[in-house]
Amino acid sequence: MNFFGGRSDLPLKDDATSRFLPWLIAPMVFLSAVALAAAFTLTSLVGSWDHDVSGTLTVEIAAPSTPANVAAAQTKAAVDQALAILKATPGVRDARALSNDKLATLLEPWLGNPDLLKDLPLPAMIDVTVDPSARPDLTALTDKLTQAVPGATIDDHRVWLSRLIELGKTIAWTAIGIVALVGLVTAATVIYATRTGMAVHREVIEVLHMIGATDDYIARQFAARAFTLAIKGGIAGLILTLPVIAAVIVETRRIEGGFLSDLHFPPIGWVACALLPAVAALLSMATARITVHGTLVRLV
Amino acid sequence: MRDKAAETGAVVQLDNVGVRYGRGPEILHDISLTLAPGSFHFLTGQSGAGKSSLLRLMYLSHRPSRGRVIMFGEDTARVRRHQFPALRRRIGVVFQDFHLLEHLSTLDNVALPLRIAGASERDVQKFVPDLLHWVGLAEHIDARPSTLSGGQKQRVAIARAVIGRPDLLLADEPTGSVDDAIAVRLMHLFEELNKLGTAIILATHNEALVARFSHPRLHLEDGKLARA
Repeated sequence: MNFFGGRSDLPLKDDATSRFLPWLIAPMVFLSAVALAAAFTLTSLVGSWDHDVSGTLTVEIAAPSTPANVAAAQTKAAVDQALAILKATPGVRDARALSNDKLATLLEPWLGNPDLLKDLPLPAMIDVTVDPSARPDLTALTDKLTQAVPGATIDDHRVWLSRLIELGKTIAWTAIGIVALVGLVTAATVIYATRTGMAVHREVIEVLHMIGATDDYIARQFAARAFTLAIKGGIAGLILTLPVIAAVIVETRRIEGGFLSDLHFPPIGWVACALLPAVAALLSMATARITVHGTLVRLV
Repeated sequence: MRDKAAETGAVVQLDNVGVRYGRGPEILHDISLTLAPGSFHFLTGQSGAGKSSLLRLMYLSHRPSRGRVIMFGEDTARVRRHQFPALRRRIGVVFQDFHLLEHLSTLDNVALPLRIAGASERDVQKFVPDLLHWVGLAEHIDARPSTLSGGQKQRVAIARAVIGRPDLLLADEPTGSVDDAIAVRLMHLFEELNKLGTAIILATHNEALVARFSHPRLHLEDGKLARA
């Protein structure tokens, strides 16, 4: 009997030559699932970074080198002027100045005690939300701002994030490459197992041929057996993977702030991983069937 | 030649056929014969005369080294690989060494030709037990070949060869392992099948059987057909 509930004329069920297949396909599916999870997660993360970068700007206004009581008023005037320019710029959806308290909170992980920060000449920061589909002309905006507000600079985050995004994309593609490689190794293993099985059962195959069996009749039996073994191994591999992915997600969520706060495993990733046993089984089935056809043409 | 075979409706037509294995000597020389549908022939000859080789030619296990083999009007030299199964399904073979599948039960062994031909399980369960009953194996329907005697295995092989009502039955010593009573019973089975239109070639050493049933004889001597 096989997964399809059909009967087999070949004694494949007790066949030692293919019994190892589930044990090999389980780790293959495990590796593929981990690689896929990495690929989907990184793609999602890169997309998130890319979206954030496309939709935001930061305007920084350097702290004036005047006494503190004068500097505050100068900074406020500069910020107001910058906000006015920004809000009047096409493509800018919103512009908000960060309060000193907010700045202190952001810097606290790096500089420590927030009370100490109050004594430091911190730059003013304006968080700008732009329309990603109609971004403002940054060169013109920079010229306008720097002329109106000395010490103002615009950071669109692209320079430093673009390399990170490229790295993320490279890792994601590498993961997809690993999945493809695992698929090739799985197919090669199925080819080996199928050919060995055919050599072992050559006499039975010859009898079936003599009785009028087509190559495909014989190939379907090997294919059904390969499917059954692969689906068993695939499900086992998937079961092994789930706690690993869950653990990574839990550990990631415990990281506060930083780039990994956006890390999440998208639903399409779960679907892809869940389909892996079926994909492995279908790959094994197709490989076995093609192998039998190819081998029979040479053998008989 | 195909036209001639098609005109005559010959089941088997051999024209100047020679057979050799590898680079060895020729086993069969200049065999020419034509078998009509519904004919019944004994194939006789001493061991090594080439009876099994001649049968192998006809059940399409080997190709001739020269000459032409035309089966059911098809020149086998021109038949494409994927067309052989359809031809083989028209031929029932009782192999000398049975070639039963050891992992299958008696029923499953006999059912093989039906299942390969795509028969329904309902037909399998309807026809196979009846035939096994007829050949005296009703009590061994679930038995594996390894638990059967030589004679029982032979009957399973015969049942498997005839279950699909082939157009041609080739039997290599089909009564060699059974007692006379069973041999006669099996001969009656072959004759019943023959009456339904199956051409039969029965290779045997059993002269008593040949004498008892008045069918023409193909006699091989040193690889040549002595009488046709």
